[in-house]
Amino acid sequence: MKARVHVMLKNGVLDPQGEAVRHALGALGFEGVNGVRQGKVIELDLAEGATEADVTAMCEKLLANTVIESYSVEIA
Amino acid sequence: MHAAVVVFPGSNCDRDLAVAFEATGAKVSMVWHKDSALPDGVDIIGIPGGFSFGDYLRCGAIAANSPICRSVAQHADRGGYVLGICNGFQVLTETGLLPGALLRNAGLKYICQTVGLKVETSASDYTKGYNAGDIINIPIAHHDGNYYADDDTIARLQGEDRIAFTYTDNPNGARADIAGILSENRRVLGMMPHPERAADVGHGGTDGQALFRALAGALITA
Repeated sequence: MKARVHVMLKNGVLDPQGEAVRHALGALGFEGVNGVRQGKVIELDLAEGATEADVTAMCEKLLANTVIESYSVEIA
Repeated sequence: MHAAVVVFPGSNCDRDLAVAFEATGAKVSMVWHKDSALPDGVDIIGIPGGFSFGDYLRCGAIAANSPICRSVAQHADRGGYVLGICNGFQVLTETGLLPGALLRNAGLKYICQTVGLKVETSASDYTKGYNAGDIINIPIAHHDGNYYADDDTIARLQGEDRIAFTYTDNPNGARADIAGILSENRRVLGMMPHPERAADVGHGGTDGQALFRALAGALITA
């Protein structure tokens, strides 16, 4: 089983990297980019029998810091 | 005072911290991250600065889940002292021993300079060598020192007098100018600035000395 975890800074938490990307896009002439949020994608290759609940536990324990980040799990 | 300094792969302020403890007359034990137990009779654990595990995933995240950190948490739960500096502060927030998190600096740059800190409280064994309101000069050296916590947490820290130090001129975007915070029992301190780098005349400043001396005074009979 493969799982893909998306980790993003929560809404309301300033994302200085996303802001820098937004400025760079503007400098390149791409207009109308009102906001950029940068996150990460983590792909997991899991043994048979793993469940979505296992992946959720991994997110809570390590993959995301839920003080500042939210996550979503996609099972492929 | 018996201090243990935890060493992770990528720690780089571990020896400086040990020297600062030793200068107060403390016995210091270096503890490797794979060790699961602390030496007997440890009064305080120092989590040093550096780039533990290359800052992979998030600063301090991998270190916070290393075997030694379970012992650190147990030590803190028993009322033991823990001092986390820079990467050590990041580790303490990742373990949940201190609230909040450290985000990328608002200006996105790594900052290495001496900054002014205001001592917000002298009511702890770390800060009682200062007077509340004192301005001290301590170096910072970090890329992810932008303290974040939600409004309720900030209000609680303020209400409980748990903000130890604030920046006089906020260099990294930290909420409420926070540079260092205390745990509820005031025995765990996390701070981004490096008092161990201002603890000897050779460092060009000695404003950090009072922190280590106060600790040694508090823990001398412990």
